[in-house]
Amino acid sequence: MKAASIVSETVQPAAHLRLVSDRAGDTSGITLSGVSKTYRTRDGDVPSLRPLDFHIDDGEFFVVVGPSGCGKSTLLKLISGLLPPTSGEVLVEGEKVTAPHGNVGIVFQNALLLPWRNVLGNVMLPIDMKRLPRQQYLDRARSLLNLVGLEGFEKKLPWQLSGGMQQRASICRALVHDPRIMLMDEPFGALDALTRERMNVELMRIQRETRKTVLLITHSIPEAVFLADRVLVMTERPGAIAAIYDVPLPRPRSLDVMADPAFTELVQRIRKHFFSQGSLD
Amino acid sequence: MAEPKPQSAASKMLNAAWVRPFLFLVFIVVAWDLSIRLFRIPAYQIPAPADVVAVLRSDWPELLRQCWPTTYATVWGFLFSALFGIPVAMLIAGSKTVESYVYPLLVFSQSVPKIAIAPLFVVWFGFGILPKVISAFLLGFFPVVVSAVQGFKSVDPDMVDLARAMQGSRFQVFCAVNLPHALPAIFSGLKVSVTLAVVGAVVGEFVGSNSGIGYVMQRSIGTFDLPTMFAALVLLALLGVILFWIVDRIEKLVIPWHVSQREDVIFAS
Repeated sequence: MKAASIVSETVQPAAHLRLVSDRAGDTSGITLSGVSKTYRTRDGDVPSLRPLDFHIDDGEFFVVVGPSGCGKSTLLKLISGLLPPTSGEVLVEGEKVTAPHGNVGIVFQNALLLPWRNVLGNVMLPIDMKRLPRQQYLDRARSLLNLVGLEGFEKKLPWQLSGGMQQRASICRALVHDPRIMLMDEPFGALDALTRERMNVELMRIQRETRKTVLLITHSIPEAVFLADRVLVMTERPGAIAAIYDVPLPRPRSLDVMADPAFTELVQRIRKHFFSQGSLD
Repeated sequence: MAEPKPQSAASKMLNAAWVRPFLFLVFIVVAWDLSIRLFRIPAYQIPAPADVVAVLRSDWPELLRQCWPTTYATVWGFLFSALFGIPVAMLIAGSKTVESYVYPLLVFSQSVPKIAIAPLFVVWFGFGILPKVISAFLLGFFPVVVSAVQGFKSVDPDMVDLARAMQGSRFQVFCAVNLPHALPAIFSGLKVSVTLAVVGAVVGEFVGSNSGIGYVMQRSIGTFDLPTMFAALVLLALLGVILFWIVDRIEKLVIPWHVSQREDVIFAS
């Protein structure tokens, strides 16, 4: 596959580095085939993503790292159906994506909670948008808030919560309608380093408990390696796949794993992509 | 206030909200009275506060009667500017095409002095309440549009994307995200608008009317009856303050969650 050839150009595949295997016939998860995106602007066409081919397994924790403006966020919009690709097609659970399909939960860098709704009301937003029966999902919303440790905060307004708590609430919002996929665009980028590590551990626990497919975009290489089953490294704009790495670390992981030689080696290896290309910003 | 808990922040705020402007008003009136005595300003230039109060007391029923047409015209003009201004702002914010056609013209129309064209309304619509309403509407309309456009446009596109990705229809997303987000800006526009609508109504009364506070002012200035004129001014200011206060109350009810209203939320919870 395309990714494999690029990998061999840049780094020597190590023993633990499995190249992307072909999963023809597997309809679960997310499949991108030949997906590219070019934005039409007044100053002409701006290519954002070069044709991408990759597959994310059902229940996989898939992390994308790349420099600023490499089209990571575009990737997220393509998968959620907010943007049509310029070429190629996106398959989610075997269905071609042509419009918002609602089978995703999205978490952005900012919690983006509606200030006029209380925490529970914010978590229920997808239910209102999808016109699902409210009563039925209220219990689910409450148990999700328990899962992230926000019990007792249901009636609070967003500004009464700390940044980390707000982001937890937005994770609940992304899960309340029970989508297969969670798309996270630098979800902890706005948090302080300590909160961020805690949130990473917690996110891993949430993913283990809910078995969701997660596509997470980040700037932090250690965060990527810590969280991921596989890490996709993107090139500078227009974005393309530089490499896809398997993370050989066993689960469940604790923060101690960051001292593991396999962890540091992989972090180093991924970092090299950006030293050869320029900075990560 | 000698309440059991005089230190509570709420009673302090109430104190500040009512007492300070009142004290300042007293100060102004005293300064007004003093300067008239001190500089010997004749009554046909500036009347003494006592004379104004005297007129207010003696002519109160008549003045109050003249308040109603002005209030009517102001309220209708204001309601129309809200009723048209907000949808127009929605269209301008929602469509680049509409914006490019309408917005520059709207701004252009604002540079036309309404006072100069007010007589036209009399020619078109006669001496009834209609020209006054239109004049109030024209003055109140623009601030509503400008603020509402800004409010609708300042919605975080990620927030809209989030709601759209959940398969919300355009209308649903608008009601759940865009409209509530724009409300604080809309209300600040409405507050400017309601005070301008008072001015608009009075301008309408200046040019062609035989009732209303504007008419009273026009008549009294013609006869150098300055105390009456000032009494009319006081009533006009009161009208503006009351209408502003009503809009402010409604705002507190509608957007209790907004930063500007947060103190109330804390006390409520």
